Amino acid sequence: MTRIFVIVAGWGVFAFLTLPLLAILPLSFTSGDLLILPTPGWSLRWYADFFQSSRWLEATRNSFLVGFATALIATPLGAMAAVGLDRLGGRTRHMLTALLSLPLLAPVVIAALAIYLAFAAVGLTSSFAGLVLAHSVLAAPFALLSVAATLEGLDPSLMRAAASLGAPPWTAWRRVLIPVLWPGVASGGLLAFATSFDELVVALFVAGPNQLTLPRQMYGGLREFLSPTLCAAAALSSLLSVGLLGIATLLRRRAVPTTAEELA
Amino acid sequence: MTGERLRAWLLIAPLLALVTAGLALPLTSLLWRAVENGETAQALPRTTAALRDWDGTSLPDAAAFLALHADLLTASEESRLGGIARRMNYERAGMRQLLLGTARVPGTPAEDLQTRILAARPDWGEVVVWRFVARQLRPTTPLFLLNAVDLTLDGEGEIVHAPPEEALFRNVFARTAWIAGIVTLISLIAAYPAAYLLATSGPRTAAIAMACVLIPFWTALLVRTTAWFVLLQNEGPLNAGLIWLGVTDRPVQMIFTRFAVIVAMVHVTLPFVILPIYAVMKRIDPRYLRAASSLGAPPWTQFRRVYFPMTLPGVRAAAATSFVTCLGFYITPALVGGDRDQLIGYFIAFFTNRTINLPMAAALAVALLVGMAALLGLARLARPVLSRVARA
Repeated sequence: MTRIFVIVAGWGVFAFLTLPLLAILPLSFTSGDLLILPTPGWSLRWYADFFQSSRWLEATRNSFLVGFATALIATPLGAMAAVGLDRLGGRTRHMLTALLSLPLLAPVVIAALAIYLAFAAVGLTSSFAGLVLAHSVLAAPFALLSVAATLEGLDPSLMRAAASLGAPPWTAWRRVLIPVLWPGVASGGLLAFATSFDELVVALFVAGPNQLTLPRQMYGGLREFLSPTLCAAAALSSLLSVGLLGIATLLRRRAVPTTAEELA
Repeated sequence: MTGERLRAWLLIAPLLALVTAGLALPLTSLLWRAVENGETAQALPRTTAALRDWDGTSLPDAAAFLALHADLLTASEESRLGGIARRMNYERAGMRQLLLGTARVPGTPAEDLQTRILAARPDWGEVVVWRFVARQLRPTTPLFLLNAVDLTLDGEGEIVHAPPEEALFRNVFARTAWIAGIVTLISLIAAYPAAYLLATSGPRTAAIAMACVLIPFWTALLVRTTAWFVLLQNEGPLNAGLIWLGVTDRPVQMIFTRFAVIVAMVHVTLPFVILPIYAVMKRIDPRYLRAASSLGAPPWTQFRRVYFPMTLPGVRAAAATSFVTCLGFYITPALVGGDRDQLIGYFIAFFTNRTINLPMAAALAVALLVGMAALLGLARLARPVLSRVARA
């Protein structure tokens, strides 16, 4: 009896979580002009519209550009910091980890306002450089935590073993540390890219009209006119982020025997 | 410092610099931005100097009149006068007229300028007006922080309640906390059985269920809100379904309502709530329950006295995460809510991007941060009490 209740309630919740997202897919393939289910027929016209619209293409290109640049900055900084923190012990390490995780804790509107005011003072608003820097701040903790998780699975005696077998430090790094770390670094890079690719609030505050990103274009579209092209864009962007984060999780699981709760 | 430690610090330094310069310092400087008032003093430097040693009880001397007039002329030439006048007018009605009018009094001959200013604008004969100007020239003002909690300063510098048409923020803060609380509560109730199912199902079922949690978790917040935006339209799939089922014959207004805000926010927070609860449930050793059972506890007692208390750390962590995340929500309510469903984040964005009243935006952000810290502190204080209630 209780078990049946739990099963019904649990699957009800899982359906509530997934069905709204799945509804976007058929709607994006509709042949009609209205977002209704069931669709009058199927077509790719809204995807064609997406790929033929200069604004959507420009926004997509900008999002990829900013995402790549963000990953290029955030990943090495996060990975280096993770290795450094691993060598510090005790309270210093805890305090630094807390400080470096600040971007994950601060409410995003407040972070956006703070970054906007600081960047305006040095002329970084309405520029790609400013947007990439702001996104790097937000994305770096993900890279840090991802690499830190891999390091936790690393047996410290491995590096000592390499040293005692006569490997100079650089060789030990190249042959031991980097092969162990790379899945964490790669997963951190994907997380950093996805963070930037999906980010809206900071982009609204910091970027200017020339830094139109995909989320900004979607947000503007929602507030003006709800077209099925938006559903096509939403479907494409969610496929990309689910794919990237799925790969990131698999990479980390491959690196260390992670438990499912670390997926979060 | 040993070489090893130095190397460690060198590795950390670049990220530390990025996060400090890119977020930690900007966040701290929000407090300053909420109270800073340097603009007025900067635009009226001679008046600032002339009033420095003024006693504040008698009318200032002729030099102060000359200094003020000269400053107003300069500010007018540099097109800064309008901004200063408007800013002062926030606090004392009539200041705009007074300053603009004074700037129009001819400056020559200088001998009887004071008399002519007093003739054209008799307000300058009142000490109260001068005291007000002197307060405006201080480098900081509490005005915006007071405004953030619906208080303001009257012309005398006393703290008073803001006029009813401007007093909206207490309401917005209360609404923000209320919606965050409701969303957290609904998420907790929905997450508990879902997490239990995840933790106790066979590997196959658990994998499918986990995908149902992770896919929305990995999807951008904007995309998820877009989905609800589409579903809840009057002509949208949900209303079409309700009409088809015969529940209603006209579309139910769902988009731009409080209901839409809560549903979409629960959808966003649920994965954050399910995952920590699932994590603690996964670690609970089933032998505890068997022990309770063999000691004669019926299933409900086993749950209430053994299982539930062991999941409390996860529930608490999930509740805190969800509540704090909800307090900072902006995009979701802005898209699916109506005018009366906007949270404080909306107003921070409004003052930053629309009316460009930056000190007001900073003051609201500071108030929100202080409120968050206070609520988290309270929750920590209440923790022993809550655990005792749960164990009772």
